[in-house]
Amino acid sequence: MKFTDSRIFQIALGFLVPILLLGAWQYASVTGYAAPNLLPPLTRIYGTFTDLLASGELGEHLWITLYRVFAGFVAGLAVALVLGILNGYFRFFRYLLDPMLQALRNIPSMAWVPLFILWLGIYETSKITLIAIGVFFPVYLNLLTGIISVDRKLIEVGWVHGYRGFRLIWHFFLPATLPSLVGGMRSGLSMGWMFVVAAEIMGASKGLGFLMTDGQTTGRPAIIMTSLILFAIFGKLTDMVMVWLGSKLLYWQTDLVTGKQQSA
Amino acid sequence: MEQTTLGSHLQIKKTAKRYGDKQVLQEVELEGKPGEFIAIVGRSGCGKSTLLRLVAGLEKASEGGIHIDGEEIRFIHPDTRVLFQDARLLPWKSVLENVRVGVKDGDIRKAEKALEQVGLSSRASEWPGVLSGGQRQRVALARALAGNPKLLLLDEPLGALDALTRIEMQQLIEQLWTEQRFTALLVTHDVAEAVQLADRVILIEQGKIAFDVKITLSRPREHNSDFAYFEKLILDRILIKEKAKSPSGNIGKNDNYTI
Repeated sequence: MKFTDSRIFQIALGFLVPILLLGAWQYASVTGYAAPNLLPPLTRIYGTFTDLLASGELGEHLWITLYRVFAGFVAGLAVALVLGILNGYFRFFRYLLDPMLQALRNIPSMAWVPLFILWLGIYETSKITLIAIGVFFPVYLNLLTGIISVDRKLIEVGWVHGYRGFRLIWHFFLPATLPSLVGGMRSGLSMGWMFVVAAEIMGASKGLGFLMTDGQTTGRPAIIMTSLILFAIFGKLTDMVMVWLGSKLLYWQTDLVTGKQQSA
Repeated sequence: MEQTTLGSHLQIKKTAKRYGDKQVLQEVELEGKPGEFIAIVGRSGCGKSTLLRLVAGLEKASEGGIHIDGEEIRFIHPDTRVLFQDARLLPWKSVLENVRVGVKDGDIRKAEKALEQVGLSSRASEWPGVLSGGQRQRVALARALAGNPKLLLLDEPLGALDALTRIEMQQLIEQLWTEQRFTALLVTHDVAEAVQLADRVILIEQGKIAFDVKITLSRPREHNSDFAYFEKLILDRILIKEKAKSPSGNIGKNDNYTI
């Protein structure tokens, strides 16, 4: 195998550009090319990060944000599963509910905030509901499309071999739909991260989004950048978890690519 | 598979199929005795595949109906299996699990046995994606036979295979049919294949049965002059219309001539 084909090389290559950019950044701010009150040096950001970490403040912000994303994701996923399956398998429900859902999908995330605060208060419920809505749509749409576009030829195989109802769903529809569901969950999660920022910027006293607005109002760009970097890192980490989960769910695709055999 | 499996008695009674204004089949009347091997030939678009889908229960007849063992079918008959042109294996199940789909009580040993019959036991734990086209079709055949069908419908099952694999598959199908005595209905555009396998060859032309010939050759069939006689008989019959049409200026319409 060539060195350029190795996994380590591929991973290292992904780090190359970020590291170069960080180096340029540090150089620009230290030498004064960039105003430090706009672009603070990396070292200062690191200092801010360790200070916030040491005081326990950062952990608290991070924790509450992760909690909101997770809770919103689970709630949005659950509703999307129910409605996606219902509208996917039963045309009656699809004609009944899908047009309304498609219309609601066009409401921008921020537009929900005033209503949710009015209805659900300023605490967690309104924020988690907002995130759940963000998660809901991509999962729902992918699942619905997945179910509708399942290869009819494979379903005929099921019919011909006497599969009906639940057995047909379990052995044929579900595995055939799983790739689109996993894709939907991944975009749902990234929507969850977008909506958590929306929720926290609009009104929160904790969380990475709050930390960011706090940095803005108090004129501390290092804090804004610390939270930005944390969003990037944790967004990526949770996405990796999702990809891993997807590869477990879609084991047959993974095995096919790597050429491994299924242990019988 | 038990030797005692008996084929279905198939009756197609004055059956017609329309899609909107388009008449695909009309007044099709056909009887298949238990254990008989019938081949249906015809040009592309003559309605032969539609007839097979009607018998399978995957489509509903516009008029008339399909009777299996004296009873009109409403949906797919539990003792009928279909071998499609594309193997249609499930990519999320291993080869053995794909065969198991066809086993009525889900007994894995029956699936193993069926896979053994098509000579693919050694590939049991692999994914269908790594098999060749011929191997996939053999797995599909094992899956169809694992449920001990009384009626096996074959929808151009060898159309996508290369010539050598096709001969092997024909031998395998003939051997398993001889052993298990199910009724078989084969749709094909290959007249030689029809003569090779079938007791009777039926020609469908413009949605109607145009020709019905018994192949009286003994099995296993050799490609000798008798074989050639039947092949020519059927081919000539298919081509009659062609010759009659051509001088009248219809040539352009017939350019998708595939037999």
